[in-house]
Amino acid sequence: MTPSIADAIISCDNVTVNYGAFAAVRNIFLDIPRHKVTAFIGPSGCGKSTVLRCFNRMNDLIESFSMKGKVLFHGQDLYGPRVDPVEVRRRIGMVFQKPNPFPKTIYENIAFGARINGFKGDMDELVETSLRRAAVWDECKDKLQESGLSLSGGQQQRLCIARAIAVEPEVILMDEPCSALDPISTLKVEETLHALKKNFTIVIVTHNMQQAVRVSDMTAFYNAVDMEGSDGMVGYLAEYNETREIFNNPKSKDTEEYVTGRFG
Amino acid sequence: MFTHKKRPWTERLVDHTFIRMTAVLASVVSLTVFGIFFTVGFQAVFQGDLSSLLPWHPDSIWQGIAAWNDEETFGVRWGAIPHFGLGFLADSSWNPVRNDYGALTPIYGTLMTSALALLLAVPLGVGTAIFLTEDFLPQKLRTTIGFMVELLAAIPSVVLGLWAMAMLNGFLAAFTPLHTHLGWLPVFGTEPGGPNLAMASLILVVMLLPIITAVSRDSLNQVPPELRQGAYAVGATRWTSIFQVLIPAAVSGIVGGAMLALGRALGETMAVTMIIGNSTNLSASWFSPSSTIASLLANQFGEADDIQVSALYYAALVLMILTFLVNICAQVIVKRLALKYD
Amino acid sequence: MTSNATNPMATTCYPPAASGLTYNPYAPRNVWNRAMNLLAALFATIAVLPLVVVTLYVLYKGGGAITPAIFTELPPAPGLSEPMGMGNAIIGTAMVTGGAALVAIPVGVGGGIYLAEVARKGWFAQSIRFGVNVLAGVPSIICGLFIYALVVNTRILWGESFSALAGSLALAVLMLPTIVKTTDEGLKLVPQELRMGALGIGASRFVTITRVVLPAAVSPIATGVVLGIARAAGETAPLIFTALFSPFWPDWASGWGLLAPTATLSVQIYNFGIMPFEPQVQLAWAASFILVVMILAANLLARWLAHFSAS
Repeated sequence: MTPSIADAIISCDNVTVNYGAFAAVRNIFLDIPRHKVTAFIGPSGCGKSTVLRCFNRMNDLIESFSMKGKVLFHGQDLYGPRVDPVEVRRRIGMVFQKPNPFPKTIYENIAFGARINGFKGDMDELVETSLRRAAVWDECKDKLQESGLSLSGGQQQRLCIARAIAVEPEVILMDEPCSALDPISTLKVEETLHALKKNFTIVIVTHNMQQAVRVSDMTAFYNAVDMEGSDGMVGYLAEYNETREIFNNPKSKDTEEYVTGRFG
Repeated sequence: MFTHKKRPWTERLVDHTFIRMTAVLASVVSLTVFGIFFTVGFQAVFQGDLSSLLPWHPDSIWQGIAAWNDEETFGVRWGAIPHFGLGFLADSSWNPVRNDYGALTPIYGTLMTSALALLLAVPLGVGTAIFLTEDFLPQKLRTTIGFMVELLAAIPSVVLGLWAMAMLNGFLAAFTPLHTHLGWLPVFGTEPGGPNLAMASLILVVMLLPIITAVSRDSLNQVPPELRQGAYAVGATRWTSIFQVLIPAAVSGIVGGAMLALGRALGETMAVTMIIGNSTNLSASWFSPSSTIASLLANQFGEADDIQVSALYYAALVLMILTFLVNICAQVIVKRLALKYD
Repeated sequence: MTSNATNPMATTCYPPAASGLTYNPYAPRNVWNRAMNLLAALFATIAVLPLVVVTLYVLYKGGGAITPAIFTELPPAPGLSEPMGMGNAIIGTAMVTGGAALVAIPVGVGGGIYLAEVARKGWFAQSIRFGVNVLAGVPSIICGLFIYALVVNTRILWGESFSALAGSLALAVLMLPTIVKTTDEGLKLVPQELRMGALGIGASRFVTITRVVLPAAVSPIATGVVLGIARAAGETAPLIFTALFSPFWPDWASGWGLLAPTATLSVQIYNFGIMPFEPQVQLAWAASFILVVMILAANLLARWLAHFSAS
């Protein structure tokens, strides 16, 4: 059921995640294609975000987190014993559900990541380019020295996107980036995504199926089942295919019911 | 329909009385604050007790003030402030024999012990707070350590003083190399031979640590976890995000906690009195006995009379104003720097 | 700028990652990180060390001096080593601290009720809050000087000067801000629906506050009160010029012992600790032992109370 992808940048090889005794997702096999947008959809609590956060080792921050299986990035296991998670996160950036600009100026929000990664070029230029590419330059070019928190929610989120692309990662992970935004801001962020697709690989978790259709090339549908011997629901990858196929010609009944809005 | 039946008058009376009573009880707090300032100020200006405020008292100050020119018969027994003026703050002699008093030594001792203690306690306390908010250890162990540090705050000052006295020789041995090798520095200029200012500063560090740690830990815990994730997501290491994102975001609480600790250090009495040597001679060396305003009060108030009592109250007034200013600053800083982030 | 806009992948400005994703233990940032980890661990150790050392030392030195006589006898005269007791100081601490609690709890809880329930805003409430903060910052020895000038020196209490009651008043001044604050904060935690529910069925404010709101907040308030009392019990500076000290049993004829100079454990530690006589120093350690055990117990009790309220 998983299509073979020739140019995979990230691959999950039988990934199972537990939080303490609680199993979150199990047995994920998944290939993320380079320079495409891949959407993760599915009902709440099915482990979409959990899988996403495995890609840049953000789950390391959670004490009870444990993982089995492999996540390969360019064929190298991200959870290998000698891997530096800091280097992983530099190469695989992330944009969060809630806009989280640093309590610094807009300029510093962009420059921070560049500086800590040893950026040698023209910082002003980098700030402008990044803000332009995140389609937020016009709104904040006159107040670069103001706090990032002074922007509106949608602008903050695009600032966070600019912050992520300023360090030039190969992959950008987006965890429901529009769930806290109004429709107009959402549209702007989606336009930004289209522009970014050329240079970046993007993985986006979304609850909004129209959004998945609009922005993604590939779609992974996750679902959750009640497992025996485990308290609560356990997520699994139900179907993964080109977005067109998932929405027009789903293989499984669950997928069909979900994408047509019958549950979720 | 309901009729407009009034509640029984007894019930309303109880209600009103209760509300008024709480207001009265609340104003006891403000009255006490006012009373403390007034009393200490009064005793610093006049000799004699508070009852000389009463017009019918034989030594009433009003009588004396009315007969201002006739100082021989009805002289007001003026206290330390009229006697010594502001020169009190810059005069280092404290001489009960000649009744000549200046508080420079204890003021210097107060500021120096507090500054030294803060200098050591802030990095230690903030470092501990960071350690307790990072995931170095399992949560349960961290909670236990945090609780232990808080318990340290509960140990009475006088017990710490007793302990410090018992440990004195050990500390003196530790100080001696500083004197032997760095004795050319004025602050290490004298040989550590007994209770001294450095010892008092160290015991203050022990007392300030729990305050600074607790307040810093709380402010670091209040920084939204999204900020840390954001920093990590652009490739920040643990300590880059701590220094450049988490601490700046928690700075108001940390600075506020440090100011709170400073206020505490300025007024700390028992442990300092027991270990500072209570000398009123001004010395640049940290290894010399010295005194703080609070230790001066604890040490001398019992045997003082007349103008010396008033001089001690003057010193107490200085201490109160110092701690008052520090506490006001703390509140202003906390409000000013508070992070607007939700 | 424009050239970059058309060709945004100008990745040359970042140094290449020499080792790919591999952890490089010698990279400056990783060395710095490990050094800071160590430093933080070291600081935490230093912060916990005094508690462990002081507690163990007090338990060792003081625990050895605890005998039944400690509770039933008086301290020896200077130079003698018999009898070895401090029953008077134990009773004295209970009297002085108890008296302080009796004064401070009603005033503090009443003031807290006013701040939280009656006037949350307005200049008067703000000025009281300000006063609470100022009072909390007043050095404890100044509380002692204040009560000395107000009560001891004026002999306002039935002509007596130094007395247990004066000591209680000084400690009460010290406890007051803690109790007002915890009451204020404890009451604010009570959900608004509870008040509305009570007022909605026609209960008066008095009934609402005393029967509904206060009971709901009793455990945070109790926690604060227990901690306040524990702290006051160990205070020395406010007592040395108010309750003073006494080598004798309380003089029950003098206002049930409240109007005479009274020994307390904390002042005894100070007075005996600086004496050159070994029996006295030993009694100081014994008193430290009792105080520390009592205060640790009170803290555990407070923690249990807080836990109790959380569940």
